[in-house]
Amino acid sequence: MAGLEHLLAALTPINLAFALFGVVAGTVIGAIPGLTATMSVAVLVPLTFAMPTSSALILMGAIYTGAIYGGAYSAILLNTPGTPSAIATTFDGYPLAKKGDGDYAITIACLASVIGGLVGALALMTLAPPLSQVALAFGSVEYFWLAIFGLSLIAALSEGSLLKGVAGGALGLLLSCIGVAEVAGDVRLTFGLQTLLSGIQIVAALIGLYCIPVLIDLVAQPGHHLQVDSGSRGFRLGEAVRYLWGDKINTIRSAVIGTVVGILPGAGGSIASLVSYSEARRTAKPGQAYGKGEPGGIIASESANNATVGGGFIPTLVLGIPGTPPDAVILGALLVQGVRTGPSLFTNQGEIVYTFIWGLILATILMLPTGLFIGRYAYRTIITLPKALLVPAIAFMTIIGSYAIRNNISDVIIMIVLGGLGWIIGRFGFTASPIVLGLILGPIAESGFVQAWTIGTATDDRFGMFFGRPISIAIIVFTLFTLLSPLVLARLQKIKEQAHAD
Amino acid sequence: MKTTRRSLVLTGAALAFVAGIGLTAQPAPAQAEYPEKPISYIIPFGPGGESDITARLQQPFFKEKFGQDLVISYKPGGGGAVGWATLNTLKGDGYTMMGVNLPHIVLQPQQKDVGYKTDDITMLYWFHYTPDAIVVTDDSPFKTLQDLIKHAKENPGKVIFSGSGKGTAPHLAQVRFDKLAGVKTTYVPFKGTGASVAALMGKQVSAAMAFTTVAANYEKTRLLAVAMEKRHPRFPDVPTFKELGMDIVSGAYRGIAVPKSTPEPVRQKLTAMIKAVNEDPAFRKKMEEGGFAVVDYAHGKSADDFLSSFAKSVTASAKEAGLLK
Repeated sequence: MAGLEHLLAALTPINLAFALFGVVAGTVIGAIPGLTATMSVAVLVPLTFAMPTSSALILMGAIYTGAIYGGAYSAILLNTPGTPSAIATTFDGYPLAKKGDGDYAITIACLASVIGGLVGALALMTLAPPLSQVALAFGSVEYFWLAIFGLSLIAALSEGSLLKGVAGGALGLLLSCIGVAEVAGDVRLTFGLQTLLSGIQIVAALIGLYCIPVLIDLVAQPGHHLQVDSGSRGFRLGEAVRYLWGDKINTIRSAVIGTVVGILPGAGGSIASLVSYSEARRTAKPGQAYGKGEPGGIIASESANNATVGGGFIPTLVLGIPGTPPDAVILGALLVQGVRTGPSLFTNQGEIVYTFIWGLILATILMLPTGLFIGRYAYRTIITLPKALLVPAIAFMTIIGSYAIRNNISDVIIMIVLGGLGWIIGRFGFTASPIVLGLILGPIAESGFVQAWTIGTATDDRFGMFFGRPISIAIIVFTLFTLLSPLVLARLQKIKEQAHAD
Repeated sequence: MKTTRRSLVLTGAALAFVAGIGLTAQPAPAQAEYPEKPISYIIPFGPGGESDITARLQQPFFKEKFGQDLVISYKPGGGGAVGWATLNTLKGDGYTMMGVNLPHIVLQPQQKDVGYKTDDITMLYWFHYTPDAIVVTDDSPFKTLQDLIKHAKENPGKVIFSGSGKGTAPHLAQVRFDKLAGVKTTYVPFKGTGASVAALMGKQVSAAMAFTTVAANYEKTRLLAVAMEKRHPRFPDVPTFKELGMDIVSGAYRGIAVPKSTPEPVRQKLTAMIKAVNEDPAFRKKMEEGGFAVVDYAHGKSADDFLSSFAKSVTASAKEAGLLK
């Protein structure tokens, strides 16, 4: 393996301490909706000026990977993704917790995150230069089609009514248009309100749409928040390991999807986990009830989102193009330290890069014990806290969290308004996920379309631009397959039944 | 075990608290040597951008010279407008300052109601700019700017520039380049300089209208021309547009402003401190290595004159580009 000698450099007590501290702090920060991985890395930047570059990288990488995992706690226990990457974790995590298996869900999430993180980090160590080309092969038009593919997932994610899912997605797309347009810079749909000028922040929408309805229901309904079985059952580690082993194809496939999506600078953890979730659901074995508390759904989401950490570092370190928003902060810190990223970083300054990657691997492994302990603590807190304390504590967190996104009171107002809206339309069977999906994918689709259209017009080949590039064609075919395969299968089933009847 | 765990959790929580709250709550200053506590430095963009990076470069020099930290926090939104619209509502005690960018603060208020006017901003210092530059990949068929201009003349509209956003420094530079070179090129806006460079490296576009910093930060890129008065010390072989007969000296300027309520003596003191950092040879060297170009337009006539002449030329360019009516 490349750079094995650098493992020893990563194993110094100070680096280990940084890795441990980073993972613990990251996990706690990630668990609080609104406090994101990007913010926690940014807070650390000044501290890193006074330390060796590789140690600084290890600290930032550890806090980043911890934060992505921590997002699972609130997703599972409160139905509120702590980070956008954990959206898909809510689909099965919260139903599982509702059934009284919150501890099990958290252990599953921890194991899946560690495996996903390791796969991403190993890809970074062994295949970074060739894989970075993926980032460059993905042009504007590919992002456009990727976003369209993402929107097609609404079909897979819609519980019950497809029409309501599509309506929710359309609402999300509309909401994403509010504020200063992503590429063209014009102001849209603000109705003259300063509050709307900066647009609808995804994290504010997450907190509002997911958490506020849970809060209202907590107050409105008697009984415990989560059902609790009597007695402590430990970590339920053995049970979880057995489940993961049985579902190993899903675990590894999700980690690979996460790594590849992480490499794409315009995508990120939320899209990675949604794509791998829908893949897991599409290939579900008989008896797996996705969306109703199926551990496989947690595995898909958590394995994928932690794999984006290693994946995202690939274009960051090889090309100098940040794969994810926290990568942008880390890249900035490196520039201040005078480290220039690029292909030669791996050859000329191999000791920095490989020490860092080993550090990231160590931090990911440390996430196993720390994650299990903190997870148990979080679970205990949520189930033992009386509602009279739980509700105000969560309500306080939603406000602090949405304010902290950009130090802006507008985000708090938007969060509360969307929360009320989410609760009302939830009564009519609309779910939050299609809305948030539209909100995340809208800007990607829009800017990809505008750019591809402009380039296509300049080269007099708009049709070839949209339908003539191999990666685009592959995504289009995949989208059609995702959309049409349930219909075709249902049709075939019907014909078969009819044949039987005759 | 339990206590260590709890203390780690507490440390994490404390960290989170700093992240969220920044330095908004500070006690009133007593009569003592200024500055006697950390100064809050608000960047109206997200972390990781060039506004953040240059502020980070100032940070250690400020601490070394004046013994106090510059504490950087972010208030992004609306291309910086959300931050600038709130600048004058902040406390003017000399412990709050904000990063300011050009052409943003000139163009935004003319385009729409963004909650502030250019004149509302009390400038202390314009400390550097990233000069506009035409960037190509190192294997590009364009060896010189003349190659690119020749190709553009023969194929109108077919030379495609990627750039960061619309109504931005690169966009205005592209408009001016087209006019002065007598060509027609296509400009494709991307979200940020990083994305526009990715499009260049992925061969989606023929060249990037970007900044000198790009060539300093990315391997496998070349500059064809820079929009400076004189050649950039880091790139002595790259000609200026002026040498090639085109009067383009432009870029994204960055400065520091304070809330209007900040008293004049405090403004003067803070200006002198920023100036001292900017004049430090080690700081200048770091900035130049990063591809930035240091300037010194200080509070008062210097900054005022600079801003008014910049505003005049950038407004004219924006009108030509159809961005302003």
